[in-house]
Amino acid sequence: MIYDISVTALVFFCIFVGLVLGLSFYFGRKKSDSSSYYAAGGQIHWAVNGIAFAGDYLSAASFLGICGMIAVAGFDGFLYAIGFLAGWIVALFLIAEPFKRLGKYTFTDALNAKFNSRAITLAASVSTLIISIFYLIPQMVGAGDLVMPLLGLPHWAGVILVGAIVIAIVASAGMASTTYVQFLKGGLLIVLSTILTIYILKNGLTLSPGGKDDPYHTFIELEPQVESAGIAAVDGWEVLSQQTVSNKTFVKLRQNGVERWFYLTEKDGKQSLKETLTIVQKANGEKLYNGETKDKRKFYQVGHLSKIIVNGKEVEKTGAVGPFEFLSTIKESDVVRFLQTKLTDGTDQVSIYYPEITAGSKFMLPGLKYKIGTDASLWSKLDFVSLMLALFLGTAALPHILIRYYTVKTPRDARKSTILAIAAIGGFYILTLFIGLGAGVNGVMDVESSNMAAPLLAKAFGAVLFSIISAVAFATVLGTVAGLIVASSGAIAHDFIDIYLKKNLNDNSKVKVGKIAAVVVGVFAILLGMAFKGINVSFLVGWAFAIAASANLPAILFLLFWKRTSSTGISASIVVGIVASLAIILTSPTMWDKYGLGAENAMHQMENPALISFPLAVLTVYVFSILYPKKEVKVG
Amino acid sequence: MHVNSTTEEKEIVTRQKSKLGVRLFFIYLICYAGFVALGVFNYELLSTTVFSGLNLAVVYGIGLIVFAVIMGIIYNYYCTKYEDEAEKGDAK
Repeated sequence: MIYDISVTALVFFCIFVGLVLGLSFYFGRKKSDSSSYYAAGGQIHWAVNGIAFAGDYLSAASFLGICGMIAVAGFDGFLYAIGFLAGWIVALFLIAEPFKRLGKYTFTDALNAKFNSRAITLAASVSTLIISIFYLIPQMVGAGDLVMPLLGLPHWAGVILVGAIVIAIVASAGMASTTYVQFLKGGLLIVLSTILTIYILKNGLTLSPGGKDDPYHTFIELEPQVESAGIAAVDGWEVLSQQTVSNKTFVKLRQNGVERWFYLTEKDGKQSLKETLTIVQKANGEKLYNGETKDKRKFYQVGHLSKIIVNGKEVEKTGAVGPFEFLSTIKESDVVRFLQTKLTDGTDQVSIYYPEITAGSKFMLPGLKYKIGTDASLWSKLDFVSLMLALFLGTAALPHILIRYYTVKTPRDARKSTILAIAAIGGFYILTLFIGLGAGVNGVMDVESSNMAAPLLAKAFGAVLFSIISAVAFATVLGTVAGLIVASSGAIAHDFIDIYLKKNLNDNSKVKVGKIAAVVVGVFAILLGMAFKGINVSFLVGWAFAIAASANLPAILFLLFWKRTSSTGISASIVVGIVASLAIILTSPTMWDKYGLGAENAMHQMENPALISFPLAVLTVYVFSILYPKKEVKVG
Repeated sequence: MHVNSTTEEKEIVTRQKSKLGVRLFFIYLICYAGFVALGVFNYELLSTTVFSGLNLAVVYGIGLIVFAVIMGIIYNYYCTKYEDEAEKGDAK
């Protein structure tokens, strides 16, 4: 999309980033030993920790990704919200307190509390690192998306900016400062989402979204003269060519020297050409938006209702609506979504975004992204089950969520924090349904990336709201990335170098090594963030959950609930979990598309690995514990 | 290098809490699995309007979120009760 720099946005952005940095330098000035670096000294109040939990968890994936996916795929985006929250049930009921009782401060230490095995240390630190990196990718992608409209910078600049600020935060302070940053941001995010939802409901639904000075583009429809060979002529346009891609026909027309693509549709035997959005990548590197250069500003925001039905009658707009009325009206109406397809035209690479009318009743059901209806293939049904499994089991196994159990004093506090977090996150996820749907029908979507749905919706309601929300969303990314980097630097410095390599670092050099590790992970995250531009961040986070669920959860559950679990069983299960889930992800259709081999040629059609990799890891921990029974070493 | 001064807890309390946790977990698991199963085996049922013009998918989905919060509060209530009872027992 084409964005301008907004001064208001810039001001709020600077205030926020300043605040976040100030906060972390303030805490960083206090003398820090390694326990305060990694676990804030176990001295955080439970309520602060609870909201910080929410802050940690409501990452770019939740705020940007879920809203974005709901806006383009309807209810399927909400599946992520349901699964993300359900995961907390596993964390609260099965993991939180026993884990806290083990009384260690990294995931690896806790797993190893009973065994003191070097194999576990190695396996667990590698899994922490891999999961954290997979979780970092979507955060960085989200950050890049955010700065485009906010600061008018390109995607890569945003990624570098986040990386640099976060490295500064983490290298200066550690867990105490990230906790307060998370607390601040978690609280703000919930308040702002509530405000945004009130705006959406007050605004109601309308056929002509957009403000007075920024009206919604009216998409034109042309009536072609058709002959057997195809489109023969169109009034006022010169017909250039036509192409069919996966049963959709697109026609290239020219008017006043500008080439545009139209989507050929047929209704009741009558054919019509619908205006699309196109991005043409020329062989010489030039990029054309709807046939013209970027500065001509001919590229539009999309997503609207083509028909609104209230009480069986068609209306222009509804006026203010209640929350239930909002959801039920969308269900009865028709939503126009813009879907993407790619084609090659001579030497040009053309990305076409064409309008597709979707019945509201379909939009409010699962099935637009994850096909699960009666006509769906077995693969796509398995994919859906696999996703729901990963979301359910992944949360409790995320290392950066687990370390938050150690930042409060007692198991009782850990429990109370977790419940407060569940309430805050649950409330927020219900709001995402409204924000996502609101973005989908209010003509604010950027076809190039669904991740900006929520902030762009805010923009339609006013520059100030947009600025604050973007700034908070950016802080969201900062906070989450900081937490992840602390977790991964802990895995490298504490688990791997100190314990596995037996370097016996003193407190000072341990913090120092941790900080160096943080910088290295940060740089790596920046590079990956650039590579994955344009993919929905929730989808990417789904992978991190799948790896966590497969690599860590079987080990944790068996350790806590099965007395015969052995150290060999644990380390083998972590290794199998990582290898299986990574192998499936790296050969998935999405990755095949990234490699440039075409999604349809992928080795399998499974996007989410948990359904296979989780049972495999469970089986491994069981079999290996039987084959190699434990030799328990008393520690402490 | 322990960070937390974990207070010693009576084993009976620990066992009570963990039993409660496992039970509540299975209750939720059944509800969650029910949603997934409905999606896979009887997808059409999710489109039935059940309440205030909303379809089953939306009601079930929001229901799962609200239910998680309620279960959390119940869990905390009982855990705190167990802990307090054990402490009182000590004081006598």
